[in-house]
Amino acid sequence: MLRAKHRTGLVFFPAFDWAISPTHPERQERLLYTQDQIFEEGLFDIEGITEFKPDLVTLKDIQRVHFCVPDVWTVTTESHFISAGGAKTIGMAVLDQRIDRGFALVRPPGHHAMRVVHGSRGFCNINIEAVMIEYLRQAYGIDKVAIVDTDCHHGDGTQDIYWHDPDTLFISIHQDGRTLYPGSGFPNELGGVNAIGKTINIPLPPHTSEEGFLYAIQNIVLPILDDFKPDIIINSAGQDNHYTDPLTNMNFSAQGYAKLTALLQPDIAVLEGGYAIEGALPYVNVGIVLALAGVDFSRVKEPDYDPERIRQSAAVSRTIAKIGEDVLELWEQRDEIHSQIPDRTGIHERQRRIFYDTDRIFESQIEWIKACPDCAGALRIDSNSDRGLHILAVHIPRKACRACKDLGYQWYASAKPKRFDMIFMQDRTEDKFLKRPPP
Amino acid sequence: MIIGLDVGGTHTDVVLLGEGGLLKAAKVPTDDSDLFRTVLRGLTEISEGIAPPSIQRIVLSTTLTTNAIVQNKIPPVGMIVSAGPGIDPEYFRTNASYYAVSGAIDHRGREIEPLNPGEITRIARQFQREGIRHVGVVSKFSIRNATHELQMCEILRASFDKVFMGHRISGNLNFARRIATTFLNTAVYPIHKAFYRAMQKSLSTKGLMLPIRILKADGGNMKFEASMDFPGQTILSGPAASVLGAMAFCAEKADTLVMDIGGTTTDMAVLIHRDPVLNPLGIELGGYKTLIRSLETLSIGLGGDSAVKLVNGELQVGPERSGPAMAYGGPQPTPTDALRVLGDLKTGDHAKAVRGLKPLAQALGLPVTAVAAQILAISSQTILSAAQQLIDRINGKPVYTVHELKEGYVVRPKTILVLGGPAPYFARHLAQLSNYKVIVVPRWQVANAIGAALARTTCEVTFLADTERRVAVAPEESFSRRIPADFDAAAAEQTALELLREKAIARGANPEHMETEVLESMQFNMVRGFSTIGKNFRVKVQLKPGLIQGYNKVIAQLAQGAEAHEQGAGR
Repeated sequence: MLRAKHRTGLVFFPAFDWAISPTHPERQERLLYTQDQIFEEGLFDIEGITEFKPDLVTLKDIQRVHFCVPDVWTVTTESHFISAGGAKTIGMAVLDQRIDRGFALVRPPGHHAMRVVHGSRGFCNINIEAVMIEYLRQAYGIDKVAIVDTDCHHGDGTQDIYWHDPDTLFISIHQDGRTLYPGSGFPNELGGVNAIGKTINIPLPPHTSEEGFLYAIQNIVLPILDDFKPDIIINSAGQDNHYTDPLTNMNFSAQGYAKLTALLQPDIAVLEGGYAIEGALPYVNVGIVLALAGVDFSRVKEPDYDPERIRQSAAVSRTIAKIGEDVLELWEQRDEIHSQIPDRTGIHERQRRIFYDTDRIFESQIEWIKACPDCAGALRIDSNSDRGLHILAVHIPRKACRACKDLGYQWYASAKPKRFDMIFMQDRTEDKFLKRPPP
Repeated sequence: MIIGLDVGGTHTDVVLLGEGGLLKAAKVPTDDSDLFRTVLRGLTEISEGIAPPSIQRIVLSTTLTTNAIVQNKIPPVGMIVSAGPGIDPEYFRTNASYYAVSGAIDHRGREIEPLNPGEITRIARQFQREGIRHVGVVSKFSIRNATHELQMCEILRASFDKVFMGHRISGNLNFARRIATTFLNTAVYPIHKAFYRAMQKSLSTKGLMLPIRILKADGGNMKFEASMDFPGQTILSGPAASVLGAMAFCAEKADTLVMDIGGTTTDMAVLIHRDPVLNPLGIELGGYKTLIRSLETLSIGLGGDSAVKLVNGELQVGPERSGPAMAYGGPQPTPTDALRVLGDLKTGDHAKAVRGLKPLAQALGLPVTAVAAQILAISSQTILSAAQQLIDRINGKPVYTVHELKEGYVVRPKTILVLGGPAPYFARHLAQLSNYKVIVVPRWQVANAIGAALARTTCEVTFLADTERRVAVAPEESFSRRIPADFDAAAAEQTALELLREKAIARGANPEHMETEVLESMQFNMVRGFSTIGKNFRVKVQLKPGLIQGYNKVIAQLAQGAEAHEQGAGR
């Protein structure tokens, strides 16, 4: 009889009645064939694999992470509450030690959703990993978290949310941003002044195959994780690096994904993208589940799998080796880079234009972060969308020092109501969400 | 008139029902080593003095196949499976003569790798050398495309008595369970066939020429002839008989817990508005996880005759049964003895019951009556926690749509219906320890046999249509048809219901009274790139388990006096 080496939990929520639009890749049957394969393989019958029904996240769970404009209800649907809830359910089961590892096989995805949300970007409205992580930090007191995003697209939303957080290591492995949406995720994106080096980007050239991905995990990601020593490891498990994915140009496979999972050994995996719904997802998901559970996955292969045909070129291997050297060097030098910043106690400003491709919204943002040697720093965001909504948002980080907390409250209190449609504040030290004018 | 018979672990109950009500009931001891004689004796006793032509229906619920599987008394069979990519089929091995062969079908029913006929022929010769007469063949995703199973069957048919094919057994996905279920069907087939052939023969010598009907685990019956292709569906029919026996007394607009408290076990199930909750996938028995549809039941090793002993200074009831209660000459104290000591039960030897509880009382430093009360409290508490477990399991069942998750029905029974030998005595204790209203089912001693007698025929059809491949299939029915590109959801449901009616009549259903139900109807666009290339329809329909038409009077008659047993709500 089949028995899992690691007690593994699964939330399977295919949302068979939810789509962005009828022919959109993020549509009803995205996980239909995955369900068929999972059911036919009998994964839920394996001793030690448990299926959980997803809980819904609460409004508070979402507001702990996001500033939704104009409010949470406007930018989400029930399916977002369930999908984030599925991740939360798995997170709780892991921390309650009911399972050793878990996989939230849910949709819609979340890793392109940033801290401020005016609508849907890259099929994402709320960041389901971040909502889960911040809940777990609040409820279970975990501190250091590592997120390894293996979706083919740069996890720019997760990067944005944790840009200033020195306790969250965010590593994204993705197809080079010069060749794919969202166009970001280069090694020089290192994190904000208070968290330099805690954002790590590993852009891989198009046509990277098993060899390249596993090289990056073994030689770049695992050594950095060893160094960082997180309390838990989250894998944003996008499956669009597959050689048949319609939206990307990579050459990864079900065997590759299973081996990657076996190497990474994440505590929690959360499904992100992946749109080769017939030829890839059924096999990739089965491979990931078996790898998490520690069950033999050697025969999980796509019907047309031919490792020779998708093998990467020597040039691709050389490029990846070079990127690896650069990334590791930046990691080693992160304290030095920080010490070279001229103003290490002042307020740093960043201006950005953010495009919501799914909802066709343009957002202009100015962000001010207090450089602080003692905490993640008070953060103020002025955000304006071409839909005409202008907000001011203040974030006081979880372990804020007194000074940063006071600064945050001062920013919040002094914001001029006439200038903004809404003024928001997240005070993570007290797990509070405030709004002016009050509702 | 109808005869219903239910073989239990301790007793076999049998009833004769007429349109006016319960005409006769009998109880004979179950002899596990000779079920044939047990059943025949029950049928003989009940039909004595009745003119054979006036008996229209005989429904049997037996433990024949269940025992064969649990005690592993099954003849050698051959199994051939073809898996393709995925989990190594070696992990699903069911028996020694089990072979994994080449050939693969994918999730949409497309052939990935052809079957190798030479390989099958070689294995067939090996089976013949081993003296194997019955073979099961299973391929992964055969319910999407049965070609490989059909090919294997074609090669084997001439050389073996019977070949079972996985796709005929259930329309549900789950390769490992399909293998186990096909194996069980193949394995119990000769036992099942011999038993009922002989039974039919014995009955016909008594002038009872009518076809026997056999109860299934989902609470429906099927004709003996139909059961030849699905003998495995007869396992664990006992709990279903009990649920049907209680069904008529359930509230129409509320949820009910049904508990059959027997000598050895207590079986429980839940009804939502009189519809029993079904197990979504299939029953588990003797370490086999199957695709055999059944009621969602929970069984615990606690009944009136469960052995009571002290473990680390604490009273423990069950799960073993060492024999009857001491009040009836048994070897170990039991809850029945506790009932006798307290005077709840008026029959049985009071002195022996007291003698049985005395050592426990001495060890605990309590009066005998206090120990008796404790035994009943512990037993009732154990039963109630098991019931909660069952309710949690039903409510915790995952769903896959936003709608179901939002609108999901939460089961919250407020009433317990109890049946089985000690039912009325336990009822009071269950009510005292909980907030349930506890009602004793009328004729609680034989309600299970009444349930078997009144069971309808049930069956299920799974129907799939793929307008891109232009094909519709109902795997269990061997149905496959070309469909036009504009085939729609209504056509899918209609075709599925037609297939269901056809199947139901063959299984023995009454064509005048068929309560069909669409369990599931899903429609998906199949998109390549950004355009729709076809639609995928998935429909599941069933004949609901329930009671047959025309016997309302029986129920009305039985219900009279039901209130006399009713216990008030708890504290």
